[in-house]
Amino acid sequence: MSQRIVVDPITRIEGHLRVEADIEDGKIKDAFSSGTMVRLLEEILKGRDPRDAWAFVGRVCGVCTSTHSLVSVRAVEDALGIIVPPNAELVRNLMFASLYMHDHVVHFYHLHAMDWVDVVNALKADPKKTSELAQSISNWPKSSPGYFSDLQKRIKKFVESGQLGIFANGYWGHPAYKLPAEVNLIGLAHYLEALEWQKEMVKVQTIFGGKNPHPNYLVGGMACSVTLDDMSGINAERLAYVKTILDQGKEFIEQVYIPDLMAIASFYKDWGSIGGGLGNYMAYGDLPTKGFNDPSSFKFPSGAILNKDISKIHEVDLRNDKEVEEYITHSWYSYEGGDQVGLHPWKGESKMNYTGPKPPFDHLDFSQKYSFLKTPRWKGNAMEVGPLSRMLIGYAHGRPEFKEVVDKALKDLDVPITALFSTLGRTAARGLESVLVANWAQEFYDQLISNIKNGDTRMAEQSLFQPSTWPKQAIGVGYGEAPRGALAHWINISDEKIANYQLVVPTTWNASPRDNNGQRSAYEAALIDTPVADANQPVELLRTIHSFDPCMACSVHLYDEHGKHINRISVVGD
Amino acid sequence: MSKVTKKNAFHHNKKQPHPLPSNLIYNLLVNNLINISMSNITKTQAPTYYDEVIRKGYSRRDFLTFCTTIAAYMGLNQSGIAQVTEALKTKPRLPVIWLHFQECTCCSESFIRSSHPIVADVLLDQISLDYTETLMAASGAQAEEAMQNTMKKYKGEYILCVEGSVPTAADGVYCMIGGKTSIQILEEAAENAKAIIAWGSCASNGCVQSAKPNPTKATPIHKILKGKTIIKVPGCPPIGEVMAAVIVHVVTFGRIPELDRTGRPKAFYSKRIHDSCYRRSYYDAGLFVESFDDENAKKGYCLYKVGCKGPVTYNSCGTMKWNNGVSFPIQSGHGCIGCSEENYWDNGNIYDRAAIFPGFGIEANADTVGKVALGAVAVGVTAHAIMTNVRKKKILQTIENEGKLGESELE
Repeated sequence: MSQRIVVDPITRIEGHLRVEADIEDGKIKDAFSSGTMVRLLEEILKGRDPRDAWAFVGRVCGVCTSTHSLVSVRAVEDALGIIVPPNAELVRNLMFASLYMHDHVVHFYHLHAMDWVDVVNALKADPKKTSELAQSISNWPKSSPGYFSDLQKRIKKFVESGQLGIFANGYWGHPAYKLPAEVNLIGLAHYLEALEWQKEMVKVQTIFGGKNPHPNYLVGGMACSVTLDDMSGINAERLAYVKTILDQGKEFIEQVYIPDLMAIASFYKDWGSIGGGLGNYMAYGDLPTKGFNDPSSFKFPSGAILNKDISKIHEVDLRNDKEVEEYITHSWYSYEGGDQVGLHPWKGESKMNYTGPKPPFDHLDFSQKYSFLKTPRWKGNAMEVGPLSRMLIGYAHGRPEFKEVVDKALKDLDVPITALFSTLGRTAARGLESVLVANWAQEFYDQLISNIKNGDTRMAEQSLFQPSTWPKQAIGVGYGEAPRGALAHWINISDEKIANYQLVVPTTWNASPRDNNGQRSAYEAALIDTPVADANQPVELLRTIHSFDPCMACSVHLYDEHGKHINRISVVGD
Repeated sequence: MSKVTKKNAFHHNKKQPHPLPSNLIYNLLVNNLINISMSNITKTQAPTYYDEVIRKGYSRRDFLTFCTTIAAYMGLNQSGIAQVTEALKTKPRLPVIWLHFQECTCCSESFIRSSHPIVADVLLDQISLDYTETLMAASGAQAEEAMQNTMKKYKGEYILCVEGSVPTAADGVYCMIGGKTSIQILEEAAENAKAIIAWGSCASNGCVQSAKPNPTKATPIHKILKGKTIIKVPGCPPIGEVMAAVIVHVVTFGRIPELDRTGRPKAFYSKRIHDSCYRRSYYDAGLFVESFDDENAKKGYCLYKVGCKGPVTYNSCGTMKWNNGVSFPIQSGHGCIGCSEENYWDNGNIYDRAAIFPGFGIEANADTVGKVALGAVAVGVTAHAIMTNVRKKKILQTIENEGKLGESELE
């Protein structure tokens, strides 16, 4: 006899996600993922200046802030044939790297760690042993017995106050928590340190983009001119500032994040065979080193892997209308051609069609429509996107950097390569790619310095900035890798205005409802067979969901309410 | 903690504590949330801010210096310092419920950016953030229960913060949490809140999802919660330090800060970015960037002609700057997009000059200024006078219309 549980809201994510699961014999037998908020930004973009789109779509998400703006300016540049100067590409890469380093650390400590780390149990730790353990896994200086002792006292006082704040009602003491008290204390200490650290990491974006969250981008390049002889632009002081932040960020990732990740993972190796799900992985690629028109130069390569077969990489073509298609069979929209067909984003059409129960309600009917997310498919396949997909595809391409970090992690944990296809693999991949990105950021920085030293200070190509220079009609695709996975925007420009704008975002790939054939998407598939010891405290369910780093605001599509237009924008979330 | 323990500590612990004033933002947040003046909250045994700083090894002198800094920061005189000191020394912490509706979480992200070295203290020692979907450990029923507990136990005492707009189309189904609409959740949480804060442009004016044609009828919270005083802190997102300071004010004085006619704290929204911009002298001299990354851009000239909305935007970016004073949009070469202004998404394109807004008409003047620098100052002043007057008129009209509009939208 199965038992239905509802987890809504899923917290420690961006946005609004509801999961219902059927539990039988202590395991999840079936699961349903529902996005319960929609803003319809695609409709709002129509008729606006294409050069402004980055600002609108930037507001899709304040957590993976900047990633939608970046992909948006790429879409417009693709449509108008604008090639950005090398320095602008490097600055964009540096902002990208800063986002990854920030976002992955924040996800690990502030959104995911409490699924693995028992905060209250940390009170039982021996500070001296904690110190010895911390010093055995890292050179990070904040590791003395006194440091951990002081921290423990603070936590004790906090718990005794009875006001548990964000830690209230957690699943503390749940048998699924396996860490020794000392590791819990280290995890908690670094939760707090990471909270301080994160506000520094974003300053790369502030220097180049003026603010964070939501830094400014520019079609044709970046607005931050290089002006070595003026205080207004990117001068020696600004560059030195960037270097300092990048160095400190790399240090934190290497000395805190990775040692913690490996230490915690070593106690949860069983999660290397839980939460695998689809086994299909896809990445579009990102971080150009020779211009965006040369994908072979990307640090993150593109491709698709089917059925966990890393010996074969399939090519992905976003312009081919037979590859990416979206279904709305179980989504609160409707197509003129019926609810069973799939449409390429260019041909997308639909209107809002909420058919769920009238709120307040207890349950959704999963035989019907049950989410504001559409269901994208690649050649009919449900695909998982995100850090694990990127690492597997880099690995499958045989890139030495990828192989090095992945193989080392597998060896250190003493687990087989199949352990990657799991909840643990997903969480580990996020850390490993942070290491790569932190290293690459140093290369981008050095290249930027080298360019400036050689006299190239160009930061924006503005010869095609004025609408009078544009063709009457133009279409473009911008794509890239958001922290949570493959992201693409499709734009259609007509008479200097946006005629259509579509977004298919990572969390739509991962969190969408079933398709016309009843195939599960990544979240629903990964939850199958996840153990749940106590249906009232489903911490295991949260582990698998959080391993994807959900970002719901991105993932809701936009449709025409009246169904009069086709080629609507759909925002699917990173 | 004991001094001995501190000495034993490795590395960083050898240092003296950071001087308090540098910890401004987060301390403010932390303390203030917790300390909000509720006379009947004294029954709790939660430590005061003063207890915390002394416990951490700071001296009373450090503490007083910190209080003076806050007071100065808030523009208070000598008696204000005493009030700040008293508040932080004696008042217990206050619970906070932070709701998320149609939003992108940029406000929460900005808030945690504002922290200074003891950001962690906020969570552990200072505020009791009892409900926030972004950070809380509990999910689902346990999360809902945590909110209900706070609403019951601290009835009339908790602060309600709202991030995001509320969609009113289709009976509210475009934002549902736990099977309830955001309208239902907001009304329930607001009923017994001590104070209500609308974080960011979404909650204050609807922001991007309310731009034309506003398909979900995204609505700012003051149009839902009629008759309630709401502190609006607009911006996309607001500057983290501003968010902190607003809370500090409420906590310290037990009342909301002085608001302007549209409900924004005067301390942070009474001046245009243009008035505090370090490139203002170039505007007055008629020296403009004509195209991004041109020679004038490299000289740091005024960005007005490439669309800067600084002349019509009221915010603190020019003075406080972003991310602990690192930069702000204009300093990084891009014009202000006006993100703290109502309807900014529909007030003209980003790269159009502010002057082409209906009612202005100084475009020709700006061009003239560019060509004839000698006349710049006089023309500039005239232009500003026109813009300011139109702006004021518009604000008055907006306030007048808003109530009616809100009612009609809800009907």
